[in-house]
Amino acid sequence: MKIRMIFAGVGGQGVLTEANILAKAFLSAGEKALTSEVHGMAQRGGSVVCTVCAGDVHSPLIADGGADAIVSMEPTEALRYIKKLKEGGTVITDVNPVIPPNVSLGQNEYPDLESVFKEISNRGKLIKIDALEIAKRAGNAITKNIVMLGALSGMEILPIDREKILQVVRENVPAKYVEMNERAFNMGYEAVRD
Amino acid sequence: MDVLSEKEKALLLGNEAVVRGAIEAGIDVATTYPGTPSSEIADTFSKIARHYTARGQDPGFYFQYSTNEKVALEFAAAAAVSGLRALTCMKHVGLNVASDAFMTYMYVGCKGGHIIVTADDPSCHSSQNEQDNRYYAKFGNAPMLEPSTPQETKDMVMEAFEISEELSLPVLFRMTTRTSHIRGPVNLGEIKLKKKKGRFEKNPLMVTVPEVARKLHPVLLEKMEKAELISEKSRFNFVEDFGGNTGIITSGAPYNYVREVVDELKIKCRVLKLGMTNPLPKKMCIDFLKKSERVIVVEELEPFLEEQLKAIAQEEGLDVKIYGKGYGNFRRIYEYDMDIVESTLRKFFGFEEKKKVSDTSLHAPPRPPVMCPGCPHRATYYAIKQVAPEGTIYPTDIGCYTLGKAPPLEMADFLLCMGSNVGTACGFSYATDQKVISFMGDSTFFHAGLPGIVNAVHHNHDCVITVLDNRTTAMTGHQPHPGTQYDGMGNEAIMLKVEDVVKGLGVQHIEVVNPNNLKKTMEAFERALNYKGTSVVVSKAPCALILPKSVTEGSFEIDQEKCTKCNVCIEKFGCPAFYRDGDKIKIDETLCNACGVCTQVCESNAIRRRKK
Repeated sequence: MKIRMIFAGVGGQGVLTEANILAKAFLSAGEKALTSEVHGMAQRGGSVVCTVCAGDVHSPLIADGGADAIVSMEPTEALRYIKKLKEGGTVITDVNPVIPPNVSLGQNEYPDLESVFKEISNRGKLIKIDALEIAKRAGNAITKNIVMLGALSGMEILPIDREKILQVVRENVPAKYVEMNERAFNMGYEAVRD
Repeated sequence: MDVLSEKEKALLLGNEAVVRGAIEAGIDVATTYPGTPSSEIADTFSKIARHYTARGQDPGFYFQYSTNEKVALEFAAAAAVSGLRALTCMKHVGLNVASDAFMTYMYVGCKGGHIIVTADDPSCHSSQNEQDNRYYAKFGNAPMLEPSTPQETKDMVMEAFEISEELSLPVLFRMTTRTSHIRGPVNLGEIKLKKKKGRFEKNPLMVTVPEVARKLHPVLLEKMEKAELISEKSRFNFVEDFGGNTGIITSGAPYNYVREVVDELKIKCRVLKLGMTNPLPKKMCIDFLKKSERVIVVEELEPFLEEQLKAIAQEEGLDVKIYGKGYGNFRRIYEYDMDIVESTLRKFFGFEEKKKVSDTSLHAPPRPPVMCPGCPHRATYYAIKQVAPEGTIYPTDIGCYTLGKAPPLEMADFLLCMGSNVGTACGFSYATDQKVISFMGDSTFFHAGLPGIVNAVHHNHDCVITVLDNRTTAMTGHQPHPGTQYDGMGNEAIMLKVEDVVKGLGVQHIEVVNPNNLKKTMEAFERALNYKGTSVVVSKAPCALILPKSVTEGSFEIDQEKCTKCNVCIEKFGCPAFYRDGDKIKIDETLCNACGVCTQVCESNAIRRRKK
């Protein structure tokens, strides 16, 4: 078994936590898991990307066309790493744009969302989800990363079951937020099953 | 905490694996100055120490965030020559700072094992250069180990202590961003932390006056001959045989890519994986080269292995052709990745080229890191821009405030290294008729700012030196420094005030301001600019990320009826919480940290606190 995934987003959205939980879930399911992360300067509102490779793998980095799935907390961040997607791979993205300051300053353009989604659809299966709205309903916008993880789990591309991931979620969030995160995960899961 | 897990196996970050190895090997002293990609090594030591301290237990080791890498190395060296096990970690450029101590420390050697971790940063993910610190091993004559995976990292750290003690020589341990910041499964052993005291046995050969140094240099070379024997037998240097007589020689992070590609393409080859890369296992290399018709060296940055292998082949009269830098996509710049390694190995082994993934017609806007909403540095920069004359030069330094380089503020003109703002400010002040205002953070001030300020005062250079005192070492993850109340062990520490220190250094004109008050900050800089000579402005306000929730809670909003669309908030101030929505300007409530500085920037009074 080999599965390779890209987790993308903007610094501060919890991309690392999301990827980490999944990697730990693989480990608890008895699979080897590797991640590659971005720390330090890049986290200050910058583009953040993290990989999770599991199974019979050696490299934590993914070649172009090598990712089974891209999970993104922001639409253009999914677009940024789309070259990594395998032909026919899955892209799950939140629909809420985060506009970089250079766009507000008029130096760059933020592409029209419909075109972004079309470009992604040309390369794989696109699942759009308003994770921000779901996270707010779950209790706090900060749980958006867990909503995304729930959505990924609902897509049936992972060889580990939902409960195993949920258990790692419980173990990796502060005790008083366990319920809220569980709710977020389950709502994300349900959102893609409809 | 995963690193303290009592399970058989845990998923650890490479940097955490360094720490797990050290605590399983019974480390006594760990020191650092934080720097990406090494920071989590030190932060993990600190977390463990605070974890035990909070439970009323002795951590069994001492950990210190030192003022800089040189001090960190010197402190740990004294512990190691007294028989304790020590580890000092830093980013690659940190070793430049520590190099003065490092070079002569190799002559003196140690008694307890001492590991010096250098975390290199190919591709400059968060650094000012991508120097290849493997040359420090050659330069200083240090045995060197380079892991590829978190498991190997832990194993190598434990063995490095043994090697260091066997040779009485500190060991250089080279990580890179892609070994520090990868996570993988690690088999865990017993944690052996126990508080010990060493004993310093006096020996005139530890006082490196010239006649002693002349005696020590040949001793060092003898130690390195022994190190070569260790390297020959090391389990971290090994051959994997996948058939055929074509060889791949590799080490560190690129080994992971090589193995993935060899597996995927089922390449027939033999792989020599080098974990101990100084000194090289010469006999092993000769044997490998003899059995190979052709060899390709897969290493990032400089041709460190390649040149040595070519020299060995020449000495042995071997006609094996050795490929490396310049072949395929192998180059001396930036890190390697799967595509670089796969495409080059495809070419080398005669596979057809991989189908290229086509470019997108649409592109994501660049999203470089920016100063956070509520960052006090933005307020300082904005205030200065209102009062500084055209053409003012802004030498800067290493920290979050370097991000002030980006538009619309553009408040960074020159940068070399930690502390360089002051030295260069004085130089610009002499060399030009332009005004000079330099910037450094509070942690940088203690790290390398002091000698520059003394120089400025002594020669009465006319410049304004700004200390952006945000009460933490922000960029690397909010570590304490001599200006903060606690140390890395979680104990209360003596807090040095920047303004007191510069007063002691003889600075005659000192201003202390809260940058979140723009008017007062502008006045302070005006006075400093008018002062003939060296002035220091301490611009003091906590980093927005360490403020309590009660302060950063809530957000501001724009009264669309009052807003005149003058765009000052976006085009001059540049807080990332502001964005355009059609022809309206809005504040993203999830980003706003409620500092309220924008209300002082807005000329039409259109910004107000959002009602809950």
